[in-house]
Amino acid sequence: MSDSRQSAGFSGALTSFFSSVRLTVVLLLTLAVTSIIGTVIPQNQNPSLYVMNYGEFLYRLFSVLDFFDMYHSWWFQLLLILLAVNIVVCSIERLSKTWKIIFPDRVTIRPERFRQASERLEARLPGEPEGYRDKIQNLMSKNFGTGTLYSTDSGYYVWAEKGRWTRLGVYVVHLSVVCLLIGGLIGSIWGFDGYVNIPEGDTVNAIQLSGNNKKHALDFEIRCDKFNIQFYDTGVPSEYRSTLTILQNDKPVITRDIIVNDPLQFNGINFYQSSYSQVPGTGVVLSFVSKATGMEYLEKAVVGQTLSIPEGLGTFTLTDFGMGFQFRGHDIGDAFVGAWKPATGEPVEIVLPVKFPSFDKMRKGDITISIAEMQTRYATGLQITYDPGVWIVYSGFLLMIIGCIITFFMFHQQIYIEAGIEKNQTAIIVSGVSKKNRLGIENRVQRLMNAINK
Amino acid sequence: MNSSLLLSIVTFVYGTAAFLYIASWVFKKNTFGKTATWTSLFGLVLNTAGIILRWIESYQLGIGHAPLSNLYESLVFYAWSLILLYLVVEKKYGSQIIGAFTTPIAFLSMAYASLSPNINDRIQPLLPALKSNWLIAHVVTCFIGYAAFGIAFGISIMYLLKDRAGDDAGPLIARFPDIRILDELNHQMIMFGFLFLTGGIITGSVWANSAWGRYWGWDPKETWSLITWFIYATMLHARLMRGWRGKRIAFLSMTGFAAVLFTYLGVNLLPGLHSYGSMGQ
Ligand code: HEM
Repeated sequence: MSDSRQSAGFSGALTSFFSSVRLTVVLLLTLAVTSIIGTVIPQNQNPSLYVMNYGEFLYRLFSVLDFFDMYHSWWFQLLLILLAVNIVVCSIERLSKTWKIIFPDRVTIRPERFRQASERLEARLPGEPEGYRDKIQNLMSKNFGTGTLYSTDSGYYVWAEKGRWTRLGVYVVHLSVVCLLIGGLIGSIWGFDGYVNIPEGDTVNAIQLSGNNKKHALDFEIRCDKFNIQFYDTGVPSEYRSTLTILQNDKPVITRDIIVNDPLQFNGINFYQSSYSQVPGTGVVLSFVSKATGMEYLEKAVVGQTLSIPEGLGTFTLTDFGMGFQFRGHDIGDAFVGAWKPATGEPVEIVLPVKFPSFDKMRKGDITISIAEMQTRYATGLQITYDPGVWIVYSGFLLMIIGCIITFFMFHQQIYIEAGIEKNQTAIIVSGVSKKNRLGIENRVQRLMNAINK
Repeated sequence: MNSSLLLSIVTFVYGTAAFLYIASWVFKKNTFGKTATWTSLFGLVLNTAGIILRWIESYQLGIGHAPLSNLYESLVFYAWSLILLYLVVEKKYGSQIIGAFTTPIAFLSMAYASLSPNINDRIQPLLPALKSNWLIAHVVTCFIGYAAFGIAFGISIMYLLKDRAGDDAGPLIARFPDIRILDELNHQMIMFGFLFLTGGIITGSVWANSAWGRYWGWDPKETWSLITWFIYATMLHARLMRGWRGKRIAFLSMTGFAAVLFTYLGVNLLPGLHSYGSMGQ
């Protein structure tokens, strides 16, 4: 056996392996069964949670098998790739064979085929075949739009067809599946998704990517002008609304409100309303109580600002704000940090927990500082996605629906009516061929025969 | 008269219709059959009225939305689609025995909606994430598909009964339509259901994309609808293979319907939920 023949044999075997419907059935069933795994084992959780639930051994085993992120595992992706190859090879194989049938240079009609078709009715009617010609031609043009007349030795036959092109439908369906897989692949390679929380009034130019700790810089800025919640009478939220402004080179480009289900799009990037939180406002009202006089002084302050305290008690600078602040190993909640610089002596760092106003009393200093009032503001939580494959996926959706409608409900049908003289009578044959719609063609043949008989 | 009461009556009417279909099959009495058809048609009219009334009531409560937003409403809509589709099949194929195997599903759906203590039949306001026209398109397409699969399920049972009985079938089974017709009808229902399931998954994806920025997230409900889709796609292809007609197709059809039920009712038992938006902080 020569080398070239061997390779032809191998590629031939490969082609026939990939063009078999048996492989399709195996792949689809395997996909159905394996997909169950990821619905029973919660995906992408913390490893410690898995160890707790399944024990060390199963955890190891499942990790090796990628069960904790199975839809992105190599073996699941391999199944999808095999399905794609299967569809492509199979469709090319078949289309190259059926192309001539779907777009013939010239349709050849073989009367024998119709004379023997199983969806066929025969009758004998009085008179000459010629007497039925107009009626038959009328029926054909009424049912099929056209009808071609051919003469035979004993009379004539009329043939008509419709829906030859519908044989393409199934290729449209298969193409659509390929579109979905390619679109999904493009999205997973070049797309990203992440989130960002923007307090009212703030502007950001980077987002946090999901799944890892990376930041992603945007080539524009986004500002949250306002966030608002509305409630039903029952107290259940009815609407979350953020007013967002996109800025380029510090100039506003777009300002728009978004609500859940109605995102903002800019440069192909989508901003979705997904959550909200409350953060301290930029300003607080600080209370300074002098130990010497017992007087309380209230001052408005923002982070970074330095205030001078009456009675010559020095200056105070609000330096920072932290959520879940740790003080000597204890979580004291949200807290401001400031620096008090007395008239004489070293500056002292002062922690001001929002929840514990008398915290600073414990220091027993010349002055007690606390937070008298704090404004909070909302921060909108945005989900941000960029998916350059989505249009291919949507085209796939459209093709799939169109393709399914064509394949399932439209058929290639051929109708054949022959009239020939036989013992001074007219022998009528009404026959039809439709590979995929036997029941339908049977009914049609019956109706045409009834009409001729009338 | 409020919609809940009206829909409880529908449960009763569908129960009667299912009983009459079974009676007409078992006792071969034509009068039962005629009454069964009219009863289910009457039930369908009341069911329609109940859905419309519920829609109106939601507007009177000031939280107007299409009645397709929770389990109760979807079960009611499921019964409606199934009876409607069944009546079309009955009219087209003229066999009432199929009714004995399919209308009980609509009755069970209504009975579950009306009687189960776990199902709330109050009209609730819509969560922000559910306020979308895609929701309506999604629920309607899915449930029409599920209805077709429900009918295919009933037909598959008939197929298997008839196939097992073979030539020496008793009188009950001999009354079934011809086995070839059952197979063909099963296939037709699957095609119809597959188209609508595909539409349901697509509208769901488009909705998810417009609400959360991703058209597919492998959450259990999404995944189970895809599993169902794989099973029915397998069926469509299995018919092309030699030896995969009839019995195995009927089994696959029943497996498919089990997957439908799981997608619909069972997924909530799995760890993790089909989140209708993560806004509740
Ligand atoms: C998820 C993937 C797939 C989907 C959704 C799909 C869908 C369909 C549909 C709806 C039909 C029409 C069935 C009917 O007429 O009743 C069909 C037919 C067919 N499919 Fe697929 N298919 C898929 C994958 C494949 C693959 C991988 C192959 C490769 C062998 C394949 C081969 C065929 C063949 C040979 C036909 C029959 C075409 C004909 O009647 O001439 N399909 N497919």
